[in-house]
Amino acid sequence: MAVNFKEQEGIVEDIISIYSERAKKNRKEHIGINDKETCGTCVAKSNVKSLPGVMTPRGCAYAGSKGVVWGPVKDVINISHGPIGCGHYSWGTRRNLAAGEPAVENFVSFQFTTDFKERDIVFGGDKKLEQAIKELHELFPTAKGIIIESECPIGLIGDDIEAVAKTMTDEIGIPVIPVRCEGFRGVSQSLGHHIANDSIRDFVVGKGEIDNSKKTPYDVAILGDYNIGGDVWSSMKIFKEMGLNVVAHWSGDGSIEEMKITHGVNYMLLHCYRSMNYIATHFEEKYGIPWIEYNFFGPTKIKESIRKIAKLFDESIQEKSEEVIKAYEPKMQEVIDKYRPRLEGKKVMMLVGGLRPRHIVGAYEDLGMKVVSTAYEFAHNDDYERTTKELENGTIVADDMNEYEFVELANRLKPDLVASGIKEKYVFQKMGIPFRQMHSWDYSGPYHGYDGFEIFARDMDLAVNSPSWKFVKPSWKE
Amino acid sequence: MEREEVKKIKDWMNTEEYKEKNFNRKSIVINPERACQPLGAVLCAAGFEDTMPFVHGSHGCVAYYRNSLSRHFREPIAAVCTSLTEDGAVFGGQANGFEGFKNATALYKPKMFAVSTTCMSEIIGDDLGSIVGNAREKGHLSEDILAPYANTPSFVGSHLEGYDNMLNAIIETLGKKTDAVRTDIINIIPGFDTTVGNINEAKRILKIFGINYLVLADYSNTLDSPLNGEYKLYPDGATKLEDVKNCVNNKATIAMQKYSTKKTSAMLAEKFGQDVRVVKSPVGINYTDEFLMTLSEISGKEVPKEIEDERGKAIDSMTDAQQYIHGKKFAIFGDPDMLTGLTGYLLEMGGIPKYVLCSNGTEEFKKEIEALFAAYSENEGEVYIDKDLWHLRSLVMTSPVDMLLGPSHGKFVAREAKVPHIRIGYPIFDRVNIHRYPIYGYTGVINLTTWIVNKFLDVLDDISDDAHFELMR
Repeated sequence: MAVNFKEQEGIVEDIISIYSERAKKNRKEHIGINDKETCGTCVAKSNVKSLPGVMTPRGCAYAGSKGVVWGPVKDVINISHGPIGCGHYSWGTRRNLAAGEPAVENFVSFQFTTDFKERDIVFGGDKKLEQAIKELHELFPTAKGIIIESECPIGLIGDDIEAVAKTMTDEIGIPVIPVRCEGFRGVSQSLGHHIANDSIRDFVVGKGEIDNSKKTPYDVAILGDYNIGGDVWSSMKIFKEMGLNVVAHWSGDGSIEEMKITHGVNYMLLHCYRSMNYIATHFEEKYGIPWIEYNFFGPTKIKESIRKIAKLFDESIQEKSEEVIKAYEPKMQEVIDKYRPRLEGKKVMMLVGGLRPRHIVGAYEDLGMKVVSTAYEFAHNDDYERTTKELENGTIVADDMNEYEFVELANRLKPDLVASGIKEKYVFQKMGIPFRQMHSWDYSGPYHGYDGFEIFARDMDLAVNSPSWKFVKPSWKE
Repeated sequence: MEREEVKKIKDWMNTEEYKEKNFNRKSIVINPERACQPLGAVLCAAGFEDTMPFVHGSHGCVAYYRNSLSRHFREPIAAVCTSLTEDGAVFGGQANGFEGFKNATALYKPKMFAVSTTCMSEIIGDDLGSIVGNAREKGHLSEDILAPYANTPSFVGSHLEGYDNMLNAIIETLGKKTDAVRTDIINIIPGFDTTVGNINEAKRILKIFGINYLVLADYSNTLDSPLNGEYKLYPDGATKLEDVKNCVNNKATIAMQKYSTKKTSAMLAEKFGQDVRVVKSPVGINYTDEFLMTLSEISGKEVPKEIEDERGKAIDSMTDAQQYIHGKKFAIFGDPDMLTGLTGYLLEMGGIPKYVLCSNGTEEFKKEIEALFAAYSENEGEVYIDKDLWHLRSLVMTSPVDMLLGPSHGKFVAREAKVPHIRIGYPIFDRVNIHRYPIYGYTGVINLTTWIVNKFLDVLDDISDDAHFELMR
């Protein structure tokens, strides 16, 4: 079917007509119509400042560093360094599952903060930080590292957390790592990912050695899987069945001990490109370890990814990989047979972080659903480049889409499902539109891997086809 | 790690020695049940008609407040910010403020911006008064849109002060004293109360009393709005701005929390000469009685028979169930006013509020709880201020309790202590609809008793062997 680009452009024009001239010009550059033939990165301008005064979905560098990259690392203590709020809001709200005894092997469910008060702002907090680290070391002697995540005030008052970290590393004998992820840095979470990656590069990578006796040609590391609802575990299952040996998983259910020896692996497998391409590139440049992107959402993409990864290895792995694909095919067909008739042709609108707006498209397509618009909170050019080919022509693509635009777009595209975050969830549900949180899997999951697809399919069905939606209009108004 | 080694460390963490170490720490705070000021400001703003919370700071902060409140209420939370970035730190945030007002006006057409601050805008020294004034002068902010502003630094106090500062600013800015005789309306300030059921219960009582009232910061409808196919950015039922103007001429004000209304209460009394009564949050029989008597005194109306009957039914529910609470030990945590109420209720039931722990409590609060213990000759009760849930863990692991009452974050302590945990307060992220049920009033007494006792009975059934798995409890 020919795509009516004019019609799609009209929709966008109509929505942004409400803005002042300046804001309109700004937003126009961030919303595009997908055209595989002509356009890659040009579909939407990205990674620039949000407009003040609009409900942007974006978070901050601290959220990217603490919440995304470092937070899931289970054997270290993350200190939210500064006032009380940031640590409170990011406490247990990302669903990075981690195995291990809490307070001994696993600190993921904790909220550690230096809880800055006025006097700390006035006189500086370096002494307090030093004291805090000593206390932590005494109370949690098995922690394998302490990560200092700066909140806004730290950079503004000129504290020297690097000096404190250095002194404390020497004193307590475990890595104490400063992360300059003040929330005002950059334009979104994205810079926080980069800052956290750099801190890992500078303070962790290469600090340990893989046990040579245990080395195999099939040693790999997974990068950019945060184990939301158990994603890492359902992905590991597949890698294991393929015959690969996952030495480290960054950073869901991960550990600093694994990170230290990761440079001993043969290949890096990268799921969330946006948040960990930096460290992947570092491994490639410094240690010559190649990395490859994969997508474990939905059987079509999983199959493609398995084959792509298997090609890196010898025939034994390739054979096993084909067996894996074959073994899961009946189960996947069963899932599709069950849910596809219930979801066929349903329209989905997405607004998620830096990976899922493109990575999940295939999983929806496996279920016969159609992504009619997709949007990123904090993507860059290279993300849009990767997005264009995943989408059909005519799909609306938006960068840093704010709530007004999202609602207006939904009013025009009439989706059957909106897939986004907690801030958006109840907006669309009030409109009577089924919704799934696609950051947290709406407290479900995993969604990665073959096991995850079954849950994904069930969840999309229970959202779209829940009988509860039929009662939105009162019977007397039918 | 070896399992044995893990167990050894875990056992050590349950000792008196560890507890002492834990209580000696001065600089690290571990699992505090306390959020920051701007969250309270955003909540407060949600209670006013067509009002957009406008936070001067980075958008990460606002994303966090919206997330947190949305998770608790399971409702949309609107708020905008000035999206400050690094150059704001250098040049100040006025330009972002201007653009923010302009864009937010175009998109959201509010009648009022409730302007608050964050760490960043406080530290760089931005002056809200001049930003708002200059924005008006230069035409970025229409004269038709109200813009009360409050300083809400995150490094002072907690969400309670943020709520108070914002409410104070809104009433002080909008309030217009007239010479006319005072109305018969009584202002009700709920305070930072995320149990919408409490606000609804207070309103229900006032209606039965036949008292004209005005709830100030009424988000009982905006944060519990009907799902009817239409998304309203500003849902119906918030406090009307016209009513806020006149509220200072109303007969009296009742603040239903003390620690989240200090500034506002003082302002209303001092600046507007209002009869301000700060009551104990009406949790349990005594404090509900006191609340009703305050209403009776101010309104000159007797406590209605209907409510007296409700009281009798609540007492009935208590006496029916008291044997299951009597002598049981509780650890309770959360915001101070709620804790005072819960302490009173537990004592009324013969329960032992063994640990009352408040991460944002003051000396005044501590004395209040101690006075309650004394009134009931309760020798086992202990009250802790400025302490966190890791302290609470040490307490319950060294000298155990039977149940925890408090927000969701306590679930990790409850799990280690292997005791049940009833969710009350803010935030509740892991149970549905709890915030719709009041703990206020006689209705609240029945709800609390129902939750607590039935939870104990569920546990009893779960742990009973076949012989003791009985029909009757």
